[in-house]
Amino acid sequence: MSQPKVAVYKFSSCDGCQLSILNLEDELLDLAQAVDIAFFLEARSLVKPGPYDIAFVEGSISTPDEAERIQEIRRQTGTLIALGTCATSGGIQALRNFLHLDDLTWAVYDHPEYLKTLETSTPLSQHVKVDFELWGCPVNKYQVVEVVCALLSNRRPNLPTHSVCLDCKRNGTTCVLVAQGVPCLGPATRTGCGAICPASGRGCYGCFGPASSAEMNAMVSILKSLESYPGETYHLLRSFTGYAPDFRQAAEKIKSEAH
Amino acid sequence: MIKNIEVPALTRVEGEGALYIRLKDGSVTEIQLNIYEPPRFFEGFLRDRYFQEVPDITARICGICPVAYQMSAVQALEMALGVSISAQIRDLRLLLYTAEYIESHALHIYMLQAPDLLGHESALSLAEVAPEVVKKALRLKKIGNNLLRAIGGRSVHPVNACVGGFYSWPKLENIQSLIPDLEWALEAAKETVRWAAALSFPDFQVYDYQFIALTNPDEYGIYSGDILSSSGKITSVNDFEKEYIETHVRHSTALHSHTVSGATYLTGPLARLNLNFQQLRPEASQIIEEIGLELPIRNPYKALLARAVELVQVCAEAIDLARAYQPQGPSHVDVRPSSGEGYGATEAPRGLLYHHYVLDDTGCILHARIVPPTAQNLARIEADLWKLVPKVLDLPQTEATLACEHLIRSYDPCISCATHFLTLEILQD
Repeated sequence: MSQPKVAVYKFSSCDGCQLSILNLEDELLDLAQAVDIAFFLEARSLVKPGPYDIAFVEGSISTPDEAERIQEIRRQTGTLIALGTCATSGGIQALRNFLHLDDLTWAVYDHPEYLKTLETSTPLSQHVKVDFELWGCPVNKYQVVEVVCALLSNRRPNLPTHSVCLDCKRNGTTCVLVAQGVPCLGPATRTGCGAICPASGRGCYGCFGPASSAEMNAMVSILKSLESYPGETYHLLRSFTGYAPDFRQAAEKIKSEAH
Repeated sequence: MIKNIEVPALTRVEGEGALYIRLKDGSVTEIQLNIYEPPRFFEGFLRDRYFQEVPDITARICGICPVAYQMSAVQALEMALGVSISAQIRDLRLLLYTAEYIESHALHIYMLQAPDLLGHESALSLAEVAPEVVKKALRLKKIGNNLLRAIGGRSVHPVNACVGGFYSWPKLENIQSLIPDLEWALEAAKETVRWAAALSFPDFQVYDYQFIALTNPDEYGIYSGDILSSSGKITSVNDFEKEYIETHVRHSTALHSHTVSGATYLTGPLARLNLNFQQLRPEASQIIEEIGLELPIRNPYKALLARAVELVQVCAEAIDLARAYQPQGPSHVDVRPSSGEGYGATEAPRGLLYHHYVLDDTGCILHARIVPPTAQNLARIEADLWKLVPKVLDLPQTEATLACEHLIRSYDPCISCATHFLTLEILQD
């Protein structure tokens, strides 16, 4: 692919994944040479019309307008990449999927009737075909570079799917779960962050979503034996990637067993 | 005379919104800054979460200023739980905060606002003709991000801050090794002020600003203080909601703020610098004197200059804090869950950020209230546009549009905080 046209879009999100692209301080200017950054509202005013070869989409689908807009983006995009945990799992705002929306709007807004919002916050893959998913809250910026390089050289991107737990071993980080009894989702969470939470002396909170090898039953039983407050395991699962199927189902199981 | 203008999306801002300006017979009849950033209901789903989850969850309100969210949250929760932290923990929090300021201010000065002043559509196009300027910006930004990473594990949504302090002390060598870069950053920040002083800003003065900023007798108020208004009134953080009121307006998913008497107000770098310049460190005061900057600044476009002066301030602060850093003793206070109520406010790079929590006796959230800086500024941005638009009616269409967009950008609006997609549309009846 010679100088592909790249678009970066924002849906329901905090902008942190787009910022992660702008945080490629050493690579950004080279990247802007290698690809044609044709649509990236946060970074530039120049907008070149589609179709685009590559689209990075940050954010989840949480409004009727977004549900329509993602269809249009899919139509005019070659390779569509979900950028970050909101786009791959619905994000933290998918906590609404487990609550009553009316209760939430009243908690925040005096006039919920002014708002146009969906009952749910859902990943892009529930709406359109997604070619690659980059997990993370925020995404690992080097995975963005990897995807671009792979597409430029016409190969599959190398995106690891093993667990955070394995990276702690590689980094020589003492296991916070085994050695200190700190609840840690690392054995069940996809790598990509660099295992930074255990390195900081705390447990992983699952912001890269479930690892492909996640053994949720074993994970839950260990976590429940180590809780520092009642319900901690449930809270850990019902969090930044709580709508991802493995974590969602594990949390549902805890809830049903409690009743 | 300008006619209908339609810009599909306001760019180089953090988030999504639209601007509607309606003209009739050559005068402005309606201005709406329309924020249709999807609402994400943070205050709603914070309910029933455990207090220690709050700093991590509220960080996700904003990818540009997660540390601000964490710092306001931990202080509010520590008040609710009756926790006092050590001076050492406070100093490391300040250092973490300076890192976010370096990253955020460098981003906004060079990549979001400066292209307007230099006739470019982006820092990317600027880099084609002035690569040394953009490379300096990127290096500054990177130094801020590296400091964030050294303390917090990563730059966006760092993981180390908690209620009570930090999960662990950052390694001494990881902080010390950044000092030479911070010394470079301080000089680069001074050069930024000199460079910014030579830029040609639009001639636009606003005389009815009410500036609001944290003020602290001991330091330039960022991490803590009382709330000072340019009217002279000082309000304790606990009384913020009595003095500053949010209302939900139809055209915005962000709430709009007013003082209790109904006035708009301005928070952010202009307010901070104008109110608190006497607390600046010598490095920052000297640079103000060197360029002959007159305070108060009443030109909103010149917020860039205030940001540049603050960049000097925080770089100098970061150097001192990094040099003095000596990790010893516990990195956090043990916190026991209990019921309570607490308030916290800090100065995010783009303005005052207020948090208020009520906890039940298991330490879970019963009530959460968060007032982000951009929501407080929205009504003031609209008021400024009312003053600006009559002055640009005779400009060519594209220039008039750009002047409005540039004004909005100069506020460094963080619309995903306030809740994002700025479309500029001027309608002519």
